[in-house]
Amino acid sequence: MPGEYVPQQYLPILIFAVIAAVFGLGQLLIGSLLRPRHAYRDKLLPYESGVQPFSDARIPFPMRYYVIAMLFVIFDIEAVFLYPWAVVFHSIGLYALVEMVLFIAILLVGYVYAWNKGALEWE
Amino acid sequence: MEAIGQLVVILGTIGVVMVTVLLHVAYLTYLERKVLGWMQDRMGPMEVGYHGLLQPLADGLKLFMKEDIIPSGANKIIFSLAPILSLIPALIGFAVVPWGDGQLTIPLPWIGDVTFRPFVTDLNIGILYVLALSSVGAYGVLLGGWASNSKYSLLGGLRSAAQVISYELALGMSLVGVLLMAGSLSLVKIAQAQAGGFWHWYAFALPFPQIVALVLYGIAAVAETNRLPFDLPEAESELVAGFFTEYSGMRFAFFFLAEYANMILVSCIATIVFLGGWHAPFPFLDFVPGIIWFLLKVYVFLFGFFWIRATLPRLRYDQLMTFGWKVMIPLVLANIVITSIAQYFWMN
Repeated sequence: MPGEYVPQQYLPILIFAVIAAVFGLGQLLIGSLLRPRHAYRDKLLPYESGVQPFSDARIPFPMRYYVIAMLFVIFDIEAVFLYPWAVVFHSIGLYALVEMVLFIAILLVGYVYAWNKGALEWE
Repeated sequence: MEAIGQLVVILGTIGVVMVTVLLHVAYLTYLERKVLGWMQDRMGPMEVGYHGLLQPLADGLKLFMKEDIIPSGANKIIFSLAPILSLIPALIGFAVVPWGDGQLTIPLPWIGDVTFRPFVTDLNIGILYVLALSSVGAYGVLLGGWASNSKYSLLGGLRSAAQVISYELALGMSLVGVLLMAGSLSLVKIAQAQAGGFWHWYAFALPFPQIVALVLYGIAAVAETNRLPFDLPEAESELVAGFFTEYSGMRFAFFFLAEYANMILVSCIATIVFLGGWHAPFPFLDFVPGIIWFLLKVYVFLFGFFWIRATLPRLRYDQLMTFGWKVMIPLVLANIVITSIAQYFWMN
């Protein structure tokens, strides 16, 4: 029945997450009553091997990371498709096998393309 | 009344899991130092308690009492929440890990009979849930690194995120072979399907033993938990401490806790998926309780983590990424294709 389904198996996970959060925040809270607090300007400087930090810390970073993130999205979606396929493989048989070999083959074309373009090289 | 009984069961199992995991994390740090010490012909911690047995307590207390420094220029809210964002997924991943079979019914006053089972909950998508949480854990690392306003932290966080997502693909896809053979994503069902001797464990089972997948999973798991030889995100010699350079006291401890809890979690998953979970290697050994077999197998994996750390030097970052994309991914894909073909002919 739509609207009546209560995902009961997930209730323990919600409770667990709340307990884990309370465990973490509680320790920080109790700790804040006990630990020393002697902050001064030099102590709060970001660490930079003992010298005064120069320039902004939010430096530009290489494009490579974006390429990796995009490739990750493609392959992760593929992985997400592979799980249900693997679970129902027993009941579908040959059709599932052919479909997935085709699916992986199409993906391999893109993979080889990315490889040839040097997207997988790291400098 | 029934609802209260259920709540008692849920809270009880969560309590058992939390305490077990936290104790294991504490003593894993001790064990790691001991094992590394012995491998380098040293004694390891010896001062606090008999052979240093109280060392984890001393470390914990010290970190608890340390000043909590938030560097100037840091994004305060994100900086303080990132460790907790790392910690929660590492802990609640254990909700779907089954450590035995059967059940235990205890009559309680006022509430009636309550039935405890050896897992917090049995999701029909257990493996997917664990992989999803390991992705969420990467947020804590990335946000913590970004919010610190330190160059080392930012670089460490970026490296860590790139490494974790690259190896997560291999980690997730190395499990697909077993899913093909088991036909389920539930960790309880996968473990139950491997009863009756080690030749039924998926690492060795017909139609296609997943031993290669187990090795690939192991490599990916070491990278996923940022351990040596893949600990580039926190490489001392170049990035000081990586994403948690600016963290101190309890917040630092939470990142540490999350890393070790993740190590235990990936070892548990490997045990359940590839090595039969709580099942004995030979049927005549069934009289030994399942929990002992389960812990033994998990400890073998954890010892492997330490052994690898003591043996192998650190990789270079380009080697690490190239290895992940050019070696691991083709191998896991090949494993999936071969397993599915073998499984097809096995069914007919």
